[in-house]
Amino acid sequence: MRKNGFARHALIETLHTVQSSFGFLDDEAIRFVALSLRVPLSQAYGVATFYHYFTLKPPGRHTCTVCAGTACYIKGADKLIAAAEQRLGIKQGQTTPDGNISLMVARCVGACSRAPVALSDGEVVGEATREQVLEQLERWAAE
Amino acid sequence: MTIEELEQIAKSVQQENEKYDYEINVCMDLACASQGAGAIKDALEQAAGSCGKKVCVRKTGCMGPCSHGPLVRVDACDDPEDTLYHHVKAKNAEAIVKSLGEKPVAELQCDLSGHFDKQVRVVLENAGYIDPEKIDDYIARDGYKALLTVLTEMTPSGVIHRITESGLRGRGGGGYPTGLKWGTVAKAAGDVKYVVCNGDEGDPGAFMDRSVMEGDPHRVIEGMAIAAYAVGANKGFIYVRAEYPVAVSRLTTALREARRHGLLGNNICNTPFSFDVEIRLGAGAFVCGEETALIASIEGQRGTPRPRPPYPASSGLWGKPTLINNVETYANIAPIVRNGGKWFFNMGSERSKGTKVFALTGKISNTGLVEVPMGIKLREIIEDIGGGVPGGHTFKAVQTGGPSGGCIPSEMLDVGVSYDALLKMGSIMGSGGMIVMDDTSCMVNVARFFIEFCMTESCGKCIPCRAGTAQMFTLLTRICTGTGTMDDLALLEDLCTTVKETSLCGLGQTAPNPVLSTLKYFRTEYIEHIANKRCPAGVCNMEAALEVVA
Repeated sequence: MRKNGFARHALIETLHTVQSSFGFLDDEAIRFVALSLRVPLSQAYGVATFYHYFTLKPPGRHTCTVCAGTACYIKGADKLIAAAEQRLGIKQGQTTPDGNISLMVARCVGACSRAPVALSDGEVVGEATREQVLEQLERWAAE
Repeated sequence: MTIEELEQIAKSVQQENEKYDYEINVCMDLACASQGAGAIKDALEQAAGSCGKKVCVRKTGCMGPCSHGPLVRVDACDDPEDTLYHHVKAKNAEAIVKSLGEKPVAELQCDLSGHFDKQVRVVLENAGYIDPEKIDDYIARDGYKALLTVLTEMTPSGVIHRITESGLRGRGGGGYPTGLKWGTVAKAAGDVKYVVCNGDEGDPGAFMDRSVMEGDPHRVIEGMAIAAYAVGANKGFIYVRAEYPVAVSRLTTALREARRHGLLGNNICNTPFSFDVEIRLGAGAFVCGEETALIASIEGQRGTPRPRPPYPASSGLWGKPTLINNVETYANIAPIVRNGGKWFFNMGSERSKGTKVFALTGKISNTGLVEVPMGIKLREIIEDIGGGVPGGHTFKAVQTGGPSGGCIPSEMLDVGVSYDALLKMGSIMGSGGMIVMDDTSCMVNVARFFIEFCMTESCGKCIPCRAGTAQMFTLLTRICTGTGTMDDLALLEDLCTTVKETSLCGLGQTAPNPVLSTLKYFRTEYIEHIANKRCPAGVCNMEAALEVVA
């Protein structure tokens, strides 16, 4: 906040910083940011919920993200998602009950030339196969 | 910083480069980096250090044919022909270094002459040749020369005249004449004006802007500074997706270096002109590519569009006149200023000038970034540059323009690429995503995919878009699961027109395009789904519907 001179228009920047430090935005954090930047709480909450990038729930220890951009979709990203959902017993956007693994779907990470793309904890895996994704999930589950 | 100082830097870089007999360039763009380009570079450096030859190893931006990655290019000073290696592994480093001055490593050599021959590189001229984190590399390739020429020799109206003369049209998709837009902002009343660069590449399946920002960030900054001088702005913003962390860090480095060299900041080049740029992060909202939504997002609000007029050119960021252009548009500015408007005007087709970068992806052999002159036939892009559809499958359609665009069937492949021709075919130029589909793709399912995208990305402000896309999604889901009727199809067509004509912003107005274009060219597939409960491509699961019939 100080970097942006406590400017009100730096709300999104500030929320980014909070999320990258804590992994998600909880009520307390949003309230603190709104108060410090002197923006209405409704606006801060509105912004936090409007943008897909912000999450209000704590993520799991590991995150498996499958890109569902057009190129990935054409090359079968939906099958990767279905396989992961079945293995973890959760739907996309959810975290396993033990808080270990989150399954996310991204809107295109810009690595379309290597579609389909999966990210395991942010690391890009190009031309991902069902087996690769499941293997990664097994490794995490065994930890 | 003066032109002489700039030339001095260029000269010293050249002298430095002349010390080496060989340059090994390693592509470090996302696609190559994800396959271990970093380790390859380390291995090459190690091998080069102990080989006794004069070798320099450099990391560069995207070289283009990503499906062949990791890519390594060797430039020898005594040989004008470069050697391109594909599918390189770290263990090949020794062999590559050993081969310098001798025969290239045959099994890694990559012959893509068909791929490169038809391309013309303007925006991507430096990508693959410079280290994006070194401003000196950019300066050595005529970087910032255009900016200093503009500041010392040209008037703002002279700059606008040159851009107008070039015939450049907005590369974000709309195709609005850039010179005209600059002229409007320049004429707008007010002391405070802003220049904004739209790097919110939300179109899934496109990554041109990412590669430009990561591979040649200074080119964008230079374009913005020239634009700011032309319209009379002192402050710029680059709006980048948070999904592109590398682009953000490269731009941050580039801005810092430019400031240090006095190419940004107060009194640039000892002239009264001052300009600086800030980076703003997007947060995953497709609608923020729309200019009024983007402005709202920079102001720290929810990214919802507002009705136009007033256009941002007269009332934009914080109510001030604002110039918004796409990354690729700004990337074209410096070459136009350097080479003159006529040079640019002579490239391309009648009403679309210059070149366009496309991200070629999907079911095609050579995926990656290509830059082609406008007017080139789609067939040339797909068959000659892209290498055709692999695996013995047949080409079915090419999708351009992302969720706002349409699918173009094989009958139309001989049409030249231009804003107007694509619009006539029911698609749009868009930002430059080009996704090839073969006979294993179901067009109804693809249409459903795009509508689902638009449905989730709709900001919810206006009803036609919010409710319309949801209803269209329901109808398409019914057709895809085999429970649709011919009435559903009629309703779908009707709804397309309504949403198209009554939505507030570009997202809603173009959301029906994928449905309309597939209905136009692949209507039989829809009918097959409805009448025979059969998906010709075998994608849609219709078992549930068949059981009911049985």
